[in-house]
Amino acid sequence: MKRAECIGMLYPELDDKIVVTIMGACAQELYDLGHKENFFYLQHAMGLASSIGLGLALHLPQQKIVVLDGDGSVLMNLGTLATLARYRPRNLVHVIFDNGSLLSTGGFDSHTTSGVTDLAAIARGAGVEHVVAVDSVMDFGDAAIEAFARNDLSVIVAKVAAVGPNHYGMDLQLAENAFRFKRWIAGRNATEAP
Amino acid sequence: MSVSYENSKIVFKGIKDAGITSLSALPETWLGLLLQHAEKDPDVRLIQVAKEEEAIGIAAGAYFAGERHILLMQNHGFLAALNGIVSLAMLYGIPLCMLIALRGHWGEPYPWHTRGGIVTEGVLRALNIPFEYARNPETVGRQIREAYTLSQSSLSPVALLLTRDLMEEAL
Repeated sequence: MKRAECIGMLYPELDDKIVVTIMGACAQELYDLGHKENFFYLQHAMGLASSIGLGLALHLPQQKIVVLDGDGSVLMNLGTLATLARYRPRNLVHVIFDNGSLLSTGGFDSHTTSGVTDLAAIARGAGVEHVVAVDSVMDFGDAAIEAFARNDLSVIVAKVAAVGPNHYGMDLQLAENAFRFKRWIAGRNATEAP
Repeated sequence: MSVSYENSKIVFKGIKDAGITSLSALPETWLGLLLQHAEKDPDVRLIQVAKEEEAIGIAAGAYFAGERHILLMQNHGFLAALNGIVSLAMLYGIPLCMLIALRGHWGEPYPWHTRGGIVTEGVLRALNIPFEYARNPETVGRQIREAYTLSQSSLSPVALLLTRDLMEEAL
């Protein structure tokens, strides 16, 4: 399956959720479906998308947070899985697209290629209770529906092909993305305040 | 040498007086008593990380969420967090208020701390991160408040270096 298919499947469900993506193909594929103010694209600082998600989730318990991560990024910050498990934000869905490749930087094999390293097992070992590994679009859809409905930390490791978009670029400056994302969250909090 | 019980309390009071409600930290000796206060305080959320760079992401998330958050770390943890500081906080204009235990500097008896201690100020200068040394329990509360204020107005990292004079019991 392709990551773009999975993101396409998630896209209609993201309107009311706070979304953080990693850099490169993952960010571009989401952006190409149509940018929304509740999307934050971490175009650098590999590994920290899930940490941003944790900071959001713990401080916004009424919101659902979705992190779209990748194997290369998670491998740069494996400690994040232990920190997520320890604080167990009930409102965080951590999707790890595992293409076994550092695709955006030339397609070098990552440690997960050929199943050498099993990120789902690492997440379980870190103490995350709800971890599922999927390799078909149907299973991904089911896993996402369950994770969105579940009131608990969920990790989905989605095995995807090492293919990405044929172009990169956004009509959105990095700081502009941060300012607008923060403003959207503030606005949502204000309208939901009792 | 032991960590100053009184001054740890004063630093924590400074954090509280600055209106901080959320802390991310990696525990280290000089911060130990301080973090015990944070753990016991029902109005402060303490998030312990496995490595300091995670805290840069958590701080960004807390900022997006509108929470008053600061980071506590050792200077070696600051060095370990550099890419996050540069390529998340600075790149996107996200404030960070960092309280950094300055190990390995004036009076340091342990060789293993010294390289990190000696280079910390130079790295802060290279990154253009505004910093001050906190040496005096009478002024540290104001310094924390002002560090937080500057981080928010400048949308950038700011560092307050917690020194031996402040954090260790005077002989």
